[in-house]
Amino acid sequence: MQWETVIGLEIHAQLSTKSKIFSSASTQFGAKPNSQACAVDLGLPGVLPVLNKEAVNKAIKFGLAVNAHINQRNVFDRKNYFYPDLPKGYQISQLDWPIVGEGEIDIVVGENTKTIGVTRAHLEEDAGKSIHDLYDDYTAVDLNRAGTPLLEIVSEPDMRSAKEAVAYAKKIHALVQYIGICDGNMQEGSFRCDANVSIRPMGQEKLGTRAELKNINSFKFLEKAINLEVERQQDILEDGGEVVQETRLYDAVKHETRSMRSKEEANDYRYFPDPDLLPVEISNELLASIKADLPELPVEKKARFIAELGLNEYDADVLTSQKSLADYFETMLIGNESNAKLCANWVMGELSALLNKNQIEIQDSPVSAQELSLLIQRIGDDTISGKIAKDVFKAMWDGEGSADQIIDAKGLKQMTDTGAIEAIVDEIIANNAPQVEQFKSGNEKILGFFVGQAMKATQGKANPKLLNEMLRSKLT
Amino acid sequence: MSLSEEQVGQIAYLARLSLSDEELQSNTKDLNSILSLAEQLAEIKTDDITPMAHPLHMTQRLREDKVTEKDQSESFQAIAPKTGKRHYLVPTVIE
Repeated sequence: MQWETVIGLEIHAQLSTKSKIFSSASTQFGAKPNSQACAVDLGLPGVLPVLNKEAVNKAIKFGLAVNAHINQRNVFDRKNYFYPDLPKGYQISQLDWPIVGEGEIDIVVGENTKTIGVTRAHLEEDAGKSIHDLYDDYTAVDLNRAGTPLLEIVSEPDMRSAKEAVAYAKKIHALVQYIGICDGNMQEGSFRCDANVSIRPMGQEKLGTRAELKNINSFKFLEKAINLEVERQQDILEDGGEVVQETRLYDAVKHETRSMRSKEEANDYRYFPDPDLLPVEISNELLASIKADLPELPVEKKARFIAELGLNEYDADVLTSQKSLADYFETMLIGNESNAKLCANWVMGELSALLNKNQIEIQDSPVSAQELSLLIQRIGDDTISGKIAKDVFKAMWDGEGSADQIIDAKGLKQMTDTGAIEAIVDEIIANNAPQVEQFKSGNEKILGFFVGQAMKATQGKANPKLLNEMLRSKLT
Repeated sequence: MSLSEEQVGQIAYLARLSLSDEELQSNTKDLNSILSLAEQLAEIKTDDITPMAHPLHMTQRLREDKVTEKDQSESFQAIAPKTGKRHYLVPTVIE
């Protein structure tokens, strides 16, 4: 039987505010346990949560960036369950009136562009952390994370493969960093994905029973966990069994998903509007001012790269796929305005290759965008050839100095002295009579032989354009 | 609409309330009379009315995003049933 996979994602993006969503305690990562959990976060009697303005603004920013309807009246609810890292016995979240309504975002998989629906995005508070392996007979609880603002972004079940799910997650990941609402750090848990996965016979409209996959902290694991779950469900259904609706934990070490204890019976969170918090009203003025301050979105940047810089669709897509990459490229463009394609090739070619090889993020590159920009300028003004530039770049990477210092120290400056090149060309022509004959009888390819000889004689420093022109005119 | 004793028992479990058989009976009776009182609302046409989320006709005031809280964990931990080195300790919870 042919099966179709259906995936929806729930993404929790930690909003990069200084203080918590309902208290004035710090959200700084990595502080001493419980040093940032105040009376409000602990749910001590008599405290009152007060909503953080920045958390609201950041949620609105996201909504505008995915073309969503912003619910100008939205409400906080209590989601009730018992767990030690949730001191109040309920999580403040939004159920019926979330701040962000329906929106959409485009993903590119292979050659195809596909629109994925965003069902909603709502504000909520994070829970604390339970640590199970610190004490033998106890679970240790650190409540520093309790009350950190989260935006839960829920997608429509629009994805049909693990690859599409990863493409969507990466798009959202890039977007939240572009608009500056989340640092996107997956290791520290600032950006977390849960995947709802089900399968159904190809052509059937009714959705199959889904399993929710949790504990996925990288895009690589997201793809693996989904594929693993699809296989598991296929095996069950093909053996005549039934998929049970449940939450499953992904174990990256064992490469398996396993059933979690049934958290609480489904639909028993007994949500109700939080009486401590009044409905939130977002004015037209606030909405307009956030809209006006929204930075250039990836999709707009991509369009501009194509229209104004003349880049092709693929290059523009890659260069805008991460904010840090786009920032690097745009810094490089300064001084190289007419060589955008060359800059793009260098970022996506030489630079990316070395970054990948050494597993370095572009923002930590040993060669800064300004430094690489200078190197490209030296190609642009014919000081060095593109080929020599690769050697200079490697020396820059190894910390041997700036492009100009290396070009000077190694004597790599291109020969543009027509007289000197002419002398060399004349000598080569005189010494290689048979090849000259071949060229004259129509063998165009032999030109490469002469270029090679000339490059050898000048240690690669002859200006290739000049050399080519001179060879042609002398040989014909 | 009315609640069965079984449903009330389930609600009590979710709230971690332990009820004796008598308490279960009397609570079921009380809850059902509250429900029948609220049921009178069903006679009113509410199609065009926005559901109320709060009894006060006010909107939420927002706070500036500033850190003003200091670390008071020592006093908070002094009243906790059990603490370790900076952690609150609870009976082992197995995932």
